[in-house]
Amino acid sequence: MKLKAFTLVLLAALLSVPVAMATDAEPPTALTNKEAIDLVQTHANYLWTLVAACLVFFMQAGFALVESGFTRAKSAINIMMKNLMDFSIGSISFWAIGFGIMFGATTTGWFGTSGFFLSDFTPDGDPWVLAFWMFQVVFAATAATIVSGAMAERTKFTGYILYSIFVSGLIYPVFGSWAWGSLLNGNGWLEGFGFIDFAGSTVVHSVGGWAALAGAIVLGPRLGKYTKDGKVKPIMGHNIPLAALGVFILWLGWFGFNPGSTTTADTSIAMIFVNTNLAAAAGAILAMVVSWMKFGKPEVGMSLNGALAGLVGITAGCANVTPTSAVLIGAVAGIIVVFSVLFFDKIKIDDPVGAISVHGVCGAWGTLAAGIFNIGGTSASIIGVQLLGIAACFLWTFPAALIMFKLIDKTIGLRVSPEEELEGLDLSEHGGIAYPDFGVSTHGGVSTIPGSPNAGSTSFASSTKPVTQS
Amino acid sequence: MKKIETIIKPFKLDDVKDALNRIGVSGMTISEVKGFGRQRGHKEIYRGAEYQTDFIPKVKIDMIVDSELADKVISTIAETANTGSVGDGKIFVMPIEGAYRIRTGESGKDAI
Repeated sequence: MKLKAFTLVLLAALLSVPVAMATDAEPPTALTNKEAIDLVQTHANYLWTLVAACLVFFMQAGFALVESGFTRAKSAINIMMKNLMDFSIGSISFWAIGFGIMFGATTTGWFGTSGFFLSDFTPDGDPWVLAFWMFQVVFAATAATIVSGAMAERTKFTGYILYSIFVSGLIYPVFGSWAWGSLLNGNGWLEGFGFIDFAGSTVVHSVGGWAALAGAIVLGPRLGKYTKDGKVKPIMGHNIPLAALGVFILWLGWFGFNPGSTTTADTSIAMIFVNTNLAAAAGAILAMVVSWMKFGKPEVGMSLNGALAGLVGITAGCANVTPTSAVLIGAVAGIIVVFSVLFFDKIKIDDPVGAISVHGVCGAWGTLAAGIFNIGGTSASIIGVQLLGIAACFLWTFPAALIMFKLIDKTIGLRVSPEEELEGLDLSEHGGIAYPDFGVSTHGGVSTIPGSPNAGSTSFASSTKPVTQS
Repeated sequence: MKKIETIIKPFKLDDVKDALNRIGVSGMTISEVKGFGRQRGHKEIYRGAEYQTDFIPKVKIDMIVDSELADKVISTIAETANTGSVGDGKIFVMPIEGAYRIRTGESGKDAI
């Protein structure tokens, strides 16, 4: 105790020296000392927020690898282009329009109307808006990139570019303003009810998940994924190690996603870190166990999805639940995600990476869990507000995305032609081959044997007309 | 001259190659193929969906040998590639009309 006091006084004394020198050798007062100390905290806040933004940015790499690993080699270039562009275009769209809608001043509480093109920033003004924007843009980009997984292997690149502009410029920020607007200049109606979504189980992940659902529905399943008698013909991912690496990168990035949402460098981040990790671990384990029980062997795809499900599930409540609760929340998410993946396959919605299940469904669970497991105790009204937020997100995002995708489909087209899909988007959309040295052979990527997997990418020399699935 | 085509289990490749080198086979070409005969595949699972793999990875070896060596080649392959379990493979023999060495222009037996 005495040592602590001594250290503080020493620190204050040391700090007061440069401050005193800067202020023309005025003797330090208690007030100037406090200002100096506060400045250190401010600087720490900036540092932590921006380091966290780096971690969340790197989740883009995670998403790219997961999506590529779980899809075929003939789509790898296209996946990379889509991921590169939904971040790049999303950044510009969020800078120009989205940020203002999400965090601008609002009279209605339904969307913001100021701060477009980062107009809040002036070179001699408070740069906090820049740090905050940087942190928020990588969140917006996370929501945007969730969708590319569910729409993989059959989406027109131009259609996806259009989508990127709208999701980051409109769909994501409108709902975001309802829940998080007051973090800057806004004031959302939903947060006014006490809606808990600390890092975005709903704001980011459910928005991404429901938009993904809309996209997958409008697109339809990949050729050959479902047989006429309702059987699922698995389309194997071409690189499980890549997918696993992607999951690890996402897990790492989440240590910026959740604790970073404090935008404050203080001790509260410790519990958030722990909750994040425990939920991910529990999710991975339970998903593995469920897949083991159901299929007879622990399955890697489900286990990887389980880790992500746990992470999504804890994102809403990471700051207001105990670590023990985090284990439970992650475990339940791991169980849910397995059954959800099977369910969407059953109703013939083709989701190559499980994005809808991981982000949409588990995002809703995480939001509900934040109310149920709230440290201060739960109540019917707390749970009610959480359910309200879950419903509001779905009722805004899903129809908006559905309309947007249908419009894109009607105007420039959303899905590639069957020939382009069979040949592979790398060749048809980008004129390239992701693995030119490997020469993996193919039968056009569709197996003619019912019940057997579709594998392979176009070979380097192949120009044969592919066999269409009968 | 005969062309001998054999399809064997991939892990047998090194053994077969060494044995053939020892009896005087000086060159061969291999390709990685998939196929099935009586050895059907097995059920696997991917993200909850079951599927049957019928095609099994194999290695195909093509070689051109002197007709006199053919029988020895066949028995060597049959011995070395044998594991006793289904899927050991097949050996096919066919006559060839001509062979040429590109670098020197030699033909016939001098080319193999």
